[in-house]
Amino acid sequence: MPYPTDRKYTKEHEWIQVSGNSATVGITDYAQQSLGDIVFVETPKVGAELTVGKTFGTVESVKAVSDLFAPATGTVTEVNAALATSPENVNKDAHGAWMVKLSLKNPSELDGLLSAADYEKFVAEEAGH
Amino acid sequence: MGAKMVEFNGWDMPVEYPAAIGCGIINEHLAVRNGVGIFDVSHMGDIRLAGPQALAAVQHISMNDASRLAIGQAQYSALLYPEGTFVDDVIVHRLAEDDYLLVINAGTREKDFSWVRDNTRQFDCAAENLSDDFTQIAIQGPKAVNLLQKLTDADLSAVKFYWVTRGTLCGLPNTLMGRTGYTAEDGFEIYIPADEATSARVWYEILAAGKEFGVIPCGLGARNTLRLEGKLPLYGHEISDTINVWEAALDRFCKMEKPEFIGRAALEKAKAAGVKRTLVGLEMTERGIARDGCKVLDSSGREIGYVTSGSPAPFLKKNIALAYVPPEFAAVGAGVKVEIRGQGVGAVVVPTPFYRRPKKTA
Repeated sequence: MPYPTDRKYTKEHEWIQVSGNSATVGITDYAQQSLGDIVFVETPKVGAELTVGKTFGTVESVKAVSDLFAPATGTVTEVNAALATSPENVNKDAHGAWMVKLSLKNPSELDGLLSAADYEKFVAEEAGH
Repeated sequence: MGAKMVEFNGWDMPVEYPAAIGCGIINEHLAVRNGVGIFDVSHMGDIRLAGPQALAAVQHISMNDASRLAIGQAQYSALLYPEGTFVDDVIVHRLAEDDYLLVINAGTREKDFSWVRDNTRQFDCAAENLSDDFTQIAIQGPKAVNLLQKLTDADLSAVKFYWVTRGTLCGLPNTLMGRTGYTAEDGFEIYIPADEATSARVWYEILAAGKEFGVIPCGLGARNTLRLEGKLPLYGHEISDTINVWEAALDRFCKMEKPEFIGRAALEKAKAAGVKRTLVGLEMTERGIARDGCKVLDSSGREIGYVTSGSPAPFLKKNIALAYVPPEFAAVGAGVKVEIRGQGVGAVVVPTPFYRRPKKTA
């Protein structure tokens, strides 16, 4: 699975796609594969304030529970309501099934995140262990 | 096969097989409910008790009544500590006149073997640990019998649930095949020589023969969700060395009319004293998934018990759990809460097993 180059990635396996001052956040294909069948996605409400590096939600597969970590600080402007009833969309298309949209407080926070190529290298190493 | 592996009690075990070959816990679970799936369960242990006093030895260490077993028949039972709590649960097979096979759990097999050996010394019979001699494969689901029949000369339709037979299987003579399992579905467990070449050959022959029935390999993940829907206990969860038979609600496998077995005296006292907690089935009524170890709360938020196993149930499409609660909260329909990430989430006590396989009409 190629990782889209139009966004950045975290070592906690979230992706973030920025457009001006706003951003869209989801989890990576590697994350959905590791989790297996996803059955539950819990996201914050519109208006919630996220802090970079802090948990903002939960993804659960049949077997595992995994926290979502905010890739940037900002305010939630929209949540993907479809995931409440069709969480399996994340398995089908992790890079399309976004979880929240944010209004960014400090876009320079993203400078430290991974490019698609670096993330691919990172997960190849992680999978090797 | 590209499976996701996990270390389980010192064994490298597949949790689930890849989505790319049609697997994943949900697909694996549904294959067993609707068709057939196969599991490598070689981690299970096997202890043989044979000799003139083998029956007396089994009767001493097992809570069920092995004197009721005909040759070729098997029964669910448990090995108990003197306190009436669990060493392990076990399937006792009677293979011949004075020859019994106990199939036990992976995590406890060394402990179990020592326990069996030490507690059967006074009987004229030999305890033998055969755990490393066999590869055990479980073929489970309504189509399991059709699949396995293609590979053996034994008449499997004549084998009733919890009975065993022997026959040539994949060219291996005198192979033991039991109509048993841990999925709450019809199926067989077979015992073949443990060498890697034979094990791999049989595994792939079963997959090939099962193609027409849609067979897929299944891992520990589906094994757990299947057994949970059927309320089959898992050691360290529903049963353990601190939980007794009455609490675990396994009364019907415990034959108190037997004059003696290890744990009997303590169980008699425990029964007279009454149970302080009991195992119940829960179904979540609010959004959330109860997981192993979650606290159970009453409506006022007071802690009353804990979840032993909790998961989404792929066939029932509900979030279910088994939990220990005091008897006053155990009535079907009683409302409780399960603490999930600090929040009390609504659940209700429901009848168990959650899933019961449909009776055969043919």
